[in-house]
Amino acid sequence: MQMLKKITKQQIFIPVAALLILAVFNLIADPSFYKITFGYNSAGNPVMTGNLITILDSGSELAILAIGMTLVTAACGGQDISVGAAVAISGSMLLRVLCGSNTRPETLQAPIIVAFLVSCVVAMFFGAFNGVLVAYFKIQPMVATLILFTAGRSIAAWINNNELPVISEPSFGYYGGYIPGIPIPTPFFIAVICIIVAVLLLKFTNLGLYTQAVGINESSSRLNGLNPAFIKFLTFVLLGLCVAVVGLIKVSRFSTINYSVIAKDIEMDAILAVALGGNALSGGKFNLAASILGAYVIQFLTTTLYKVKVQSDALPAYKAVVVILLVVMSAPIVRQWLAGLGKKLKKQVKEAV
Amino acid sequence: MKKKVLGLLLTVAMVAGMTACGSEPAASTGGDAGNQGGELIKVGIINNDSNESGYRTANNKDLQNMFTEENGYAASFAYSNMNDEQINAAQKFIQDGVEYLLLSAADTAGWDTVLKDAQTEGVKVILFDRVIDADSSLYEASIVSDMDKEGETAVTWLTNQNLSEYNIIHLQGVIGNAAQKGRSGALNAAVEANDNWNLVTQQTANWSAEEAQQIVQSIIDSGESFNVIYAENDDMAKGAVAALDKANISHGVGKDVIIMGFDCNTWALQELLNKNWNYDGQCNPYQASKIHEIIQKLEKGETISPKVIIMEEKGFDANEITQDDIDKYGI
Repeated sequence: MQMLKKITKQQIFIPVAALLILAVFNLIADPSFYKITFGYNSAGNPVMTGNLITILDSGSELAILAIGMTLVTAACGGQDISVGAAVAISGSMLLRVLCGSNTRPETLQAPIIVAFLVSCVVAMFFGAFNGVLVAYFKIQPMVATLILFTAGRSIAAWINNNELPVISEPSFGYYGGYIPGIPIPTPFFIAVICIIVAVLLLKFTNLGLYTQAVGINESSSRLNGLNPAFIKFLTFVLLGLCVAVVGLIKVSRFSTINYSVIAKDIEMDAILAVALGGNALSGGKFNLAASILGAYVIQFLTTTLYKVKVQSDALPAYKAVVVILLVVMSAPIVRQWLAGLGKKLKKQVKEAV
Repeated sequence: MKKKVLGLLLTVAMVAGMTACGSEPAASTGGDAGNQGGELIKVGIINNDSNESGYRTANNKDLQNMFTEENGYAASFAYSNMNDEQINAAQKFIQDGVEYLLLSAADTAGWDTVLKDAQTEGVKVILFDRVIDADSSLYEASIVSDMDKEGETAVTWLTNQNLSEYNIIHLQGVIGNAAQKGRSGALNAAVEANDNWNLVTQQTANWSAEEAQQIVQSIIDSGESFNVIYAENDDMAKGAVAALDKANISHGVGKDVIIMGFDCNTWALQELLNKNWNYDGQCNPYQASKIHEIIQKLEKGETISPKVIIMEEKGFDANEITQDDIDKYGI
């Protein structure tokens, strides 16, 4: 009993429980959900396919964004709703550098790494823009990022003069597809690298401690010698870096971009991942692992719904149900009631014995 | 905790509000062709935001190339995907005293008042690309695509393939859009009418390659068989093909799966030429020359009849397409 209590009190319990529910549901509904086949794609490279692989593949962008979003949420007690638009901007910048002035280049005009670094700088600049509004002008994060949310996709289109560049160089497709000879999708590896970097950053710097301190109580953290505004600003810049990585994966998937649909609504999924990870959306303490797991759970849910052929325009409604359940379950009244129920049960068991 | 709930509710409300408003409210005016010499015809052009799609980009470019000073026009452009901003722009153009107002409306409703204003001010209105719900006396001509016909052309082509069985993955555009309605309608009718036509799945991928890829991937993973992919735009067809390539399912001319797309992007037609895809239906964005003809006629005092002019649109078969077609029709 004590142990059960200990487990349910853990923050990571929520996403793990959600994952288990989904996993069991699929096991009962159709065990072939877990089938992984090993084959060769049409280019002759070995690939593994199956629903689980799809989840690892498509959930990776969300996991990377969840890292940045968790930090922003913890420090600012608010969310960045412009990440989808920012992905469009950084992806567009990446293609602009790769293509030069010609939108259908035969060869790349710049090495991919250079283009990626430029897009990193641009994405971090836009992150910094949001950060300045939130940290120094004290604008509500959601309102501040609303600016880029509305204007971002137009900026992305403007970067490439409204053209839709297409890259024919096959090696550019590796980042969103497969590296020849490796049967696991590359986005998953990129996500793992990002997670490792984030974990190292939190372990060897005070970033984690400082963001939580600022999120819990801004004035007391200032009295303790921190600079809350700078910490908030920094989290937005880091989110910008995550955005640039996601931008690379997204444009690499099809070697092109579509400004109005790329990374559409991804900001809401990223926020949901943070919430699903049991992190308080009002800031303060956070658990990065829980957010990342939350991201993969969302993709698990999406893939499950595709599998059972739910109309895809109804997907947001199902996500909404998850949000409602989460919010209700984490409400203090429900928690109290559940705790009371647990005590009552314990008593009855004791009496019966 | 209260804050947390409030925050979430706010998020949801925001999203709902935002989607209702449409995603690209940025409007801009500019590109005035300057000198108002006697011979130049003043036109005001209101179009949707050109980053909406490759189609819109091509459409906009075509208009910009046609309505230049060399061709005898002083043109002003306004772009918005929002109806009220478009109406404001129209009022401004009328005040500025344009002779012709060219309009691709974001929404079908709400145009009566401003078009009546235009009529009293003697501004001639020509609709292009999109129809509106207004009395036909309010405009001189309307140059539009027939989306139903686009769907029918594609379905007729598919019928002529004479497959013994049609197991179709139907990837739809954003539901409710005129292009989606027309292109879905024809296929739905054919599926209903023929016993050997089955829909393996009918899902909206919201014009997005990535969503299309995920949908097709889930069908492949579940092991269901199919032999036709009917995607309502090129992007979604591309996404579907990516999923097929991953699973090493052959597609194209004489292969296992027939690939159909719409819009005739240059890269898509190239896929046709390489025989990786089978069919691409055109949605003709080149209305400018037709508009030019009409304006010339109106200038001579002729009236346009019939008022509704349907753009000629083709469907391309991979077996017949040539490089010339790509250069001519690719957008």
